[in-house]
Amino acid sequence: MAAPEPAPARQRRLLSAILEPYLYISPALIIIGLVMFVPLIVGLSYAYREIQLLNPFSGGFVGLANFAQLYGDTRFWRALSNTAWWTFASVSLQFFFGLGLALLLNKSFPGKRLIQAVVFLPWAVPTFLSGLTWAWLFNPVVGPLPHWMSAIGLMDEPVNILSIPSVALWGPIIANVWWGIPFFAITLLAALQSIPNELHEAAAIDGATTWQRFVKVTLPFLAPMIAITVLLRTIWISNFADLIVVMTGGGPADSTQIVASYIFTQAYRRLDFGYASAVATALLALLLLYAVIVLRMRRSLLRAM
Amino acid sequence: MVGHYGALALYVLFALFPLYWLLKISVTPNSLLYTEGITMWPSVTTWENYRFVLLQSDFPAFFKNSVIVSLGTAAIVTVLAAATGYAFSRFQFTGKTLVMFVLLLTQMFPLVMLIAPIFRLMVPLGLTDNLTGLIVVYVAFNTPFAAFLMQSFFDGIPRELEEAAMIDGCTRLTALRRVILPLTLPGMGATLGFVFTAAWSELLFALMLINSTDAMTFPVGLLTFVSKFSVDFGQMMAAGVLALVPACLFFAFIQRYLIQGLTAGAVKG
Repeated sequence: MAAPEPAPARQRRLLSAILEPYLYISPALIIIGLVMFVPLIVGLSYAYREIQLLNPFSGGFVGLANFAQLYGDTRFWRALSNTAWWTFASVSLQFFFGLGLALLLNKSFPGKRLIQAVVFLPWAVPTFLSGLTWAWLFNPVVGPLPHWMSAIGLMDEPVNILSIPSVALWGPIIANVWWGIPFFAITLLAALQSIPNELHEAAAIDGATTWQRFVKVTLPFLAPMIAITVLLRTIWISNFADLIVVMTGGGPADSTQIVASYIFTQAYRRLDFGYASAVATALLALLLLYAVIVLRMRRSLLRAM
Repeated sequence: MVGHYGALALYVLFALFPLYWLLKISVTPNSLLYTEGITMWPSVTTWENYRFVLLQSDFPAFFKNSVIVSLGTAAIVTVLAAATGYAFSRFQFTGKTLVMFVLLLTQMFPLVMLIAPIFRLMVPLGLTDNLTGLIVVYVAFNTPFAAFLMQSFFDGIPRELEEAAMIDGCTRLTALRRVILPLTLPGMGATLGFVFTAAWSELLFALMLINSTDAMTFPVGLLTFVSKFSVDFGQMMAAGVLALVPACLFFAFIQRYLIQGLTAGAVKG
């Protein structure tokens, strides 16, 4: 039983102890590497080549020509400013209504389980279907929204806002808010439930009003969770092209095109992979810049505290 | 209290109204759509749209393709993610922080930028225009998030349980199979549900990779149908309602795990 192990056997055991975790993670790492990282590198290299599937003679290196084209492409700059507005409006509305819902659900009342299941339901609706459903709601032939909007004087006659360039982006934004409220509500509800009850009770004993308790107890407690959720969500939504592709395809006249849907259009409709990859490279650079700024801000905030 | 219920009622109304309208148009006869205008419920209802979608269209085939892709993806991802999550939860190893950081990174970069290279790399491999290719792509996209989710489930199981089993003479694998796996079955079910829903909803890569009607998934088929027959509103919405059914079933199934799922993959939609 207590006989000393021969050295080679111990070495083998040590080796297998080091390798064992890699045994478990390597299948996942291999497929992620092959399907995500290899195409990522290859895609970045496309940005310096002319690759149009419809043109069999393309494929050569063109240096920075795609980026020069990008710099002069008004459609790209339009898409960039649309992305900013799309992201800002979607995230802030989702957050605002999600926080409201989380506060409403953060107490017990009869029928809570059923109501909770119903208000979270939009999150389960596949995104393409959310897009289609809202596109139909905005359609004057089958949808009620144009008729209601004209009845209350928002528009002169029932028309589809998705076909009016100046307001079309609101269509996908509203669909996105509808679909995304549950996400914020669920994450914020989890955070709310982690606030110790004693804090609220102590504040109430000290005579704090509901509003004071919200501002002085709830919000500071939620702040880190809010910050991380909003930051990550911002990145996710700025890349979220499904609703736009389904509802407007970027139109009319590019008024709803965001950078992500522009990349998709270039690759899918025009089969111009070189240019699509140049736009993708620019998007990636912008997101990295955003991440660096956010990390810097976080560090200086932490130092201030 | 009244204000509380009133505010909740507004949320319920906002959440349900679009789905109610989808259902309503799907049972409205096409002729009434144009004559009755906007009403809350049609004077006559019909199952004709559903009959058409189920019996005379390609939708049953799309449905079958989507089920194959989503179930295949969910099954493979759950196995890969369980292994990865177990390693994250139970081992300290060199490179662990790096591996976790890389997996987190995959959740943040824009997947849309992979559309062109994945398509071009997959053509020579024969992985475009068939369901296998889609499953391969979806497995890779969903594994990182699912791995973090599984890790959170493993973290919830006390280490002492398997340590006790190992002291009693079990190998790590036996302890895993006899002690840990039974306890984590609900977690694996939840992961299965999350991944199924994600794969069921995916549109952009399916649009790019699938061309022929035989291999179309439900989202691609529905979108193609919409752009081809954009006047048959009743039929489109009947198809929409049918696409909703599996997603809602799985949603009911994973409701208990929503918070865990959303915080594990905080960036995941």
